[in-house]
Amino acid sequence: MAEEYEMEEGTEYESRSQWQRMWLRFKRHTLGQVGGVLVLLICIIVFLANFLAPYNYSTQHRDYAHAPPTKIHFMEDGHLTWPYVYATKKDYNEYYEMVYTEDKSKKYPIKFFVKGEEYSFWGLFKSKIHFFGTGTMEAPIFLFGTDTFGRDLFSRTLWGGWISLLIGPFALITTLIIAIPIGLLSGYFGGWVDMLVQRITEVVMAFPKLPLWLALAMIVQGLPSAYRFFFIVGVFSLVDWTGLSRTLRGLVLSAREEDYAMAAKAAGAGPGRIMFRHILPNTTTYLVVVSTLSIPTWIISEASISYLGLGIKEPQTSWGLLLSQANNLESITSYPWLLIPGVFIVITVLAFNFLGDGIRDAADPFTTVGGK
Amino acid sequence: MIPGNYLTEHKMDPTISRERIQQQKENLGLDRSLPIRYWKWIEGIFTRGDFGYSFSHYQPVSSVLFEGRLGYTIFLGLSTLLFTYLFSIPIGIYSATHQYAASDHLVTFGAFIGLSIPNFFLALILLYFMAAGLNVGPNLGIGGLFVQKFMGQPWFNGYVPNMPKITNFFWHVWPYVVAVGTAALAGVVRLMRGQMLEFMNRQFAQTARAKGLKDTTVIYKHVFRNAINPIITNFGYSFRTLVSGSLITAIVLGVPTVQRAYWTALNKQDEQVIMVGLTFFALMLLVGNLLADFLLAWNDPRIRYD
Repeated sequence: MAEEYEMEEGTEYESRSQWQRMWLRFKRHTLGQVGGVLVLLICIIVFLANFLAPYNYSTQHRDYAHAPPTKIHFMEDGHLTWPYVYATKKDYNEYYEMVYTEDKSKKYPIKFFVKGEEYSFWGLFKSKIHFFGTGTMEAPIFLFGTDTFGRDLFSRTLWGGWISLLIGPFALITTLIIAIPIGLLSGYFGGWVDMLVQRITEVVMAFPKLPLWLALAMIVQGLPSAYRFFFIVGVFSLVDWTGLSRTLRGLVLSAREEDYAMAAKAAGAGPGRIMFRHILPNTTTYLVVVSTLSIPTWIISEASISYLGLGIKEPQTSWGLLLSQANNLESITSYPWLLIPGVFIVITVLAFNFLGDGIRDAADPFTTVGGK
Repeated sequence: MIPGNYLTEHKMDPTISRERIQQQKENLGLDRSLPIRYWKWIEGIFTRGDFGYSFSHYQPVSSVLFEGRLGYTIFLGLSTLLFTYLFSIPIGIYSATHQYAASDHLVTFGAFIGLSIPNFFLALILLYFMAAGLNVGPNLGIGGLFVQKFMGQPWFNGYVPNMPKITNFFWHVWPYVVAVGTAALAGVVRLMRGQMLEFMNRQFAQTARAKGLKDTTVIYKHVFRNAINPIITNFGYSFRTLVSGSLITAIVLGVPTVQRAYWTALNKQDEQVIMVGLTFFALMLLVGNLLADFLLAWNDPRIRYD
């Protein structure tokens, strides 16, 4: 009988760690992969924002306030040609309202790697090369139109993306820093420590998040705009640690009684060592899943708070703040392109939701991915 | 805590004299320390049922937060709940019973999108759709709850309902309900689908089917009753999203709810209104949790609380 279990010569024996098996399951989750690729793509776009955008995000083109998106023409006399744009000129319609029309007298072909405004690439080096543009200010190209001050919405949207992308990871790290020790302590020691911590947690949990965030964001109103990002992160994690630490406490409560924790205790390990070296690593799968699933909510919350004017402030920009220019019916109907940044929020949140779903299914050892 | 208080704005105003500010400070009790102010506020609530006084409206807090708002807030909240659960449960069941069909994929994808749209952005899109797409004229109106002319009119003329006003009201309610309810709807659809799938493969469902019961009976009598539990818990939690999510939608759509009064108070640093507002929201949440507990015990006799 023993021979049957022997491996054939040359067959490689594979042992897979938990993470390798997770990765294998993730690779069969199409939606999760689509999400992952999308997130990566958005990261690359935002990272290259200065280069991809034809103008700097704060440059004001005073002559082109509220200019609609520039039309890109591909056809010329019924033939396909190199894409070109026309210059935009101001005109008056029959009601004597100012409208922008195309000046069809001259064509401006779109050029790639064109010289334009100087920008600093994440403070590393300075450059004037932009990915695309017309190369001349006679015919500027505004893919998404402009805002009240004539700032190019496309450039601003790309630049504003970093807030949405980074708010998740940063809020996550600070939340974990608060939630992990509290959850561990409360679960491991039990008794009056647990009692006290849980009552405090319940008080914080009793408040709905958005109104409380708004009240907290109001407190940090006066701070300089450069630091606001970090204050929003702080405000989020001050409210959001409760759910995570509660579940962690539950996990620790049961893990404390398990053999490996008992063995560590019998071997003379102190509570700190048992908590951080033995119990915590056993909860990582859960933490990873919860983390990826909570990132989308933070992105939406940041957008909401910035939309209300309590989040990111000028001269910085974020997608929520960009949307706040469309805060009345008149601007929505007259300048509908101001809504475009919202589409980016939806796509980013969607991508993170897909990714989170994939990771959750991959982390569950009982799922059969695809189901077929 | 908060840098500045209600009077900070007034200090910037050159038309208001120093003496007047000092006098107001004493009137409003802002010269006293924070713990004392807090104690006075608590004392008022418990001894006199007095929730405080709005600095900016010169009125008691309750009338600023609730008068003419509480009714609408509750009505809109209930409509949103109705919208969410009336649609999500059937869609979830349909999606689960047609697993991996094209319609199921459509529902799953739609639910993902619904989850990913921020409330306020959906509200903005609906506004744009109504204004530009439907070209809604001044007769129907966009935003708020009524067109101007209906504002002062009564709901009933004697015993006859004032139909133009009521239809106009509902015309203004639906964008709000859709904007607030869509995310919850998508969430419940996903939850319902997952739950149904989980219980459809359980042995009790197989047994029921093997006994020769009709598919619909198995689904609705056996699987559904078991699958619904987390949805009921979720129902309690949805009070939470109703409060948070509707705040920003109410601001975008200009609907007079309690949340919007809270937002105005926040901007004015009207501290007692803010406090009562937060307390009210927390209370709503607890009521929701309690309701969920009752409903759970009612649906599932196995659940008992000590």
